[in-house]
Amino acid sequence: MLQPSMEVTVDELKHLVSAQALSGETMLLNMGPQHPSTHGVLRLLLELDGEVVLQCIPDIGFLHTGIEKNMEAKNYLQALVMTDRMDYLNNLGNNLVYCLAIEKLVDLDVPPRAQAIRVILAELQRISSHLVWLATHALDLAAMSTFLYCFREREQILDIFEMCSGQRMMTSYIRPGGIWRDLPAGFEEAVRQFTRTFPKRIAEYESLLTRNPLFIDRTRKIGVIGAEDALRWGLTGPMLRGSGVGLDFRKSQPYSGYELYDFDIPTGTHGDTYDRYLVRMEELRQSLRIIEQALDRLPGGPFISDNRKFVPPPRRELGQSMEAVIHHFKLWTEGFSAPKGSVYAITESPRGELGCYLEGDGGPKPYRVHFRTPSLAALQTLPTLSRGHYVADLVAIIGSIDIVLGDADR
Amino acid sequence: MTKVEGIAGALQAKLADGVRSVTTFRGQTTAQIELGLIVRACQVMREELGFELLAALTCVDYWPEEPRFSVVYQLYSVQHNELLGLRVAVDSRLGEVPSVVSVYPNANWHEREVFDMFGVRFSGHPDLRRLIMPHDWEGHPLRKDHPLGYEEVQFSFNFDEIDRRKPYAKG
Amino acid sequence: MGVEQKLGNLGVVTTTLEKAVNWSRTGAMWPMLFGLACCAIEMMSAQSADYDLSRFGMELMRPSPRQSDLMIVAGRVSRKMAPVLRRLYDQMPDPKWVIAMGDCCSCGGVFNNYAIVPGVDEIVPVDVYIAGCPPRPEGLIHGILTLHEKVRGETLKDWA
Repeated sequence: MLQPSMEVTVDELKHLVSAQALSGETMLLNMGPQHPSTHGVLRLLLELDGEVVLQCIPDIGFLHTGIEKNMEAKNYLQALVMTDRMDYLNNLGNNLVYCLAIEKLVDLDVPPRAQAIRVILAELQRISSHLVWLATHALDLAAMSTFLYCFREREQILDIFEMCSGQRMMTSYIRPGGIWRDLPAGFEEAVRQFTRTFPKRIAEYESLLTRNPLFIDRTRKIGVIGAEDALRWGLTGPMLRGSGVGLDFRKSQPYSGYELYDFDIPTGTHGDTYDRYLVRMEELRQSLRIIEQALDRLPGGPFISDNRKFVPPPRRELGQSMEAVIHHFKLWTEGFSAPKGSVYAITESPRGELGCYLEGDGGPKPYRVHFRTPSLAALQTLPTLSRGHYVADLVAIIGSIDIVLGDADR
Repeated sequence: MTKVEGIAGALQAKLADGVRSVTTFRGQTTAQIELGLIVRACQVMREELGFELLAALTCVDYWPEEPRFSVVYQLYSVQHNELLGLRVAVDSRLGEVPSVVSVYPNANWHEREVFDMFGVRFSGHPDLRRLIMPHDWEGHPLRKDHPLGYEEVQFSFNFDEIDRRKPYAKG
Repeated sequence: MGVEQKLGNLGVVTTTLEKAVNWSRTGAMWPMLFGLACCAIEMMSAQSADYDLSRFGMELMRPSPRQSDLMIVAGRVSRKMAPVLRRLYDQMPDPKWVIAMGDCCSCGGVFNNYAIVPGVDEIVPVDVYIAGCPPRPEGLIHGILTLHEKVRGETLKDWA
C-alpha cells in the first residue's frame, strides 16, 4: 500500500503531452497533491516552455471517499450524514439536494416554513462559501489581509449554524420532509444583525480589490472562456455566468420556494477571472436580498412534514398514540422505503449545478445515489483555460474556478 | 402532454427505432435509447432540439440481472428550460458504449469516471483511463459485487484484539 | 549520541538544557500545510483572527516539509494519498511531530470503506489525536497545547 502508486511514468502519458516534452525541449513539472495554491489535494502535471503552460493534465482522486458506495450500505436518513462531507464548504446545500431528491422520489410534501428556513440557510451557506473563495483566491494573489477579514465574517455565519443545529459545519440540519428542529429563539436577531453589518463589509472587500491595479493586472484576460464553449464544456454557476449566460437554477428550475423571492442574476461579459470575481461579489449582495425577504415573510406553522411514514413523530406524541410508537420504531430501526424509480434533483450550489440522481428499489437503502458535482465539471476545463498562460496565472485560474476537491472526488 | 414529452416524441420521430420507450416518473421524462444510436441521439438533441448542456452522465449496476449496466445521461436545455434523461442498457459481456465526447466535450471525464467505477468501456473515447482510483487499482468499486471494504469496528470488548492486528506505523 | 555522550550524565546541566531546548521547540513550532478536507477549513479558521494561532508562533504554515516541524493531518486520507503522506513525513527533518486532527484521520471517522485509510496512525506515528468532525478551532488549539505539554516532557535522547 505504501508503494508510490501515484508515480505515473512518462510513457503512460505519451498521448497527452507533446513530442517536445518527450525529447526534453519542454519541461514536465509536477504540481503535486500537497501545494498551497491548489485549494486541496489536486495534482497537476504541467508541460512548461519556460514559464508558459503548454499543457496541464489534472490528476484527481486524492480525496476519494467512496461516499456513493457507502451511502448504498446505509438507509436514507443515515446516508444524509455523509452528504455533508462531500462539498465541505456547502454542507447545507448538499443536504438540501439529497433531501429534494428523496422528497421527489417518495412524493413527500414540505411545509412552507421549512422551505423558507431552507432558503435562508442555503443562502447563508452560499455567502460563507463565497467568503472562503474570496479569502483563498486573494491569498493566492498575495492579498493576505482579505483572508483574515473574510474569515471574521464567516465566524458570524458559523455561529448562526451552531445556534440552529449545534455544529458549525457538518450540520445535517436539513432532513427529508423539512428540517431537524425548529429555529431557536435568537436566530432572527442574529441573522438581522448579520444582514445589517455585512453590506459594509462587502464594500470593504471591494475597496481592497475591485479597482486595485495589481489585482486587475493579475485577473483581467486570464482564463478566458466564451459562452458557447462554456456550455459545451458543461460549466454552470459563476463560471458560466461570468461568460455571459444568465443560467441560474434557482430561477429556471426553482426549488424550495425560490420563485417567491425577488433577486437578480449577475452576469459578466468577457468570461475572464476578473468577471467571475465580480459575479461572485454581486452574488453576495443578492444572497443578502433573498435572506431579508425570506426572513420578512417567514411563515409560521410546522417545520417538518407530518407524514409519519417518512418523518419520525415528536417525542411528546409517543406517550399518547400507539401508531406514533409503531412509526417511530419502524423509522429508527429499518427506515422508510422508497419506491422503484429514479429521479434527478437540481440545485444551485455556490460552484454551479449540484445534482443528485437517486434510484430507489423499494427498500430502505438507496440503490444508487450519484451526485453531479460542479467541481468535477469545472476542473475538466482547466487545461483549456490555462493553455498559454504563465504558471502564476494558473494559480489565479484555479482560484477563480473555485474548486473543492471533496466535491470533485466524492 | 408536457413540453418535454413533446420533445421526447420529436426525438422518437427522428430516430425511428432508436428510442425503445419514453417514461415519465414524478414529472421527469426519460427515453430509453438503443445502444448503437446514442451518439446520433445526442447529436439530434444538441443540434436540432436545442439541449446544449450535458448535465450528468452516470451509470447504475443491476447485478445479477442482465443487461447489467444502465448508463444514464441527463440533458438540459437552456432555451426551453427543460430536462430530459436518456438511458442506455449495456450488457456486461458486450459492454462497449459509443462515446459522446464528439457531441458534448464535457462527457470526457464523466465517461472516465464511469469506466473507473463500473468498468464500462467507451469506444471512441480519446483517453480512457482511471480518473479517481489509483491507476494500479484492481477492480471497479461501484459494482455491486465489489466489496465495501468494511473494517471491523473497534469497540471496548474487542479493543485489544484489534489493537494487536492493526498495522501501526513505525517512525 | 551527540550531546548526551559529550556531556555525560551531568544531572542538573542536562535537565536545564532539556528544559531550554523543549521550551524553544514549543515556542515556534511551524506546522506544515497539510489540510486535506473539511478539517482544513477549521484549521484555516483557527489560523484567522477569531482563534489566533500566531500566539503560539504558528502563523506561518510552511508548504515545504523541509522547513516544518509539525504535520497537522487535517482531513480524510484516501488510499491514493497515503504514499504521498508518508513521503512528506519522511522528508521532514527531525524533530517532528504529528497531530491527527479530526475523526477521519484518527480512526476512519464516518467512513468505513475501500477508499479511506482507517486512521493515519497506520501510515505515520501520531503524537496527539484530536476528536471532532470537524473539531472546533478551540479543539485544535487544545490539541496543540497538549502537544506542547508532551514536548516539554521529552528528553534530549529522543531526538538526538
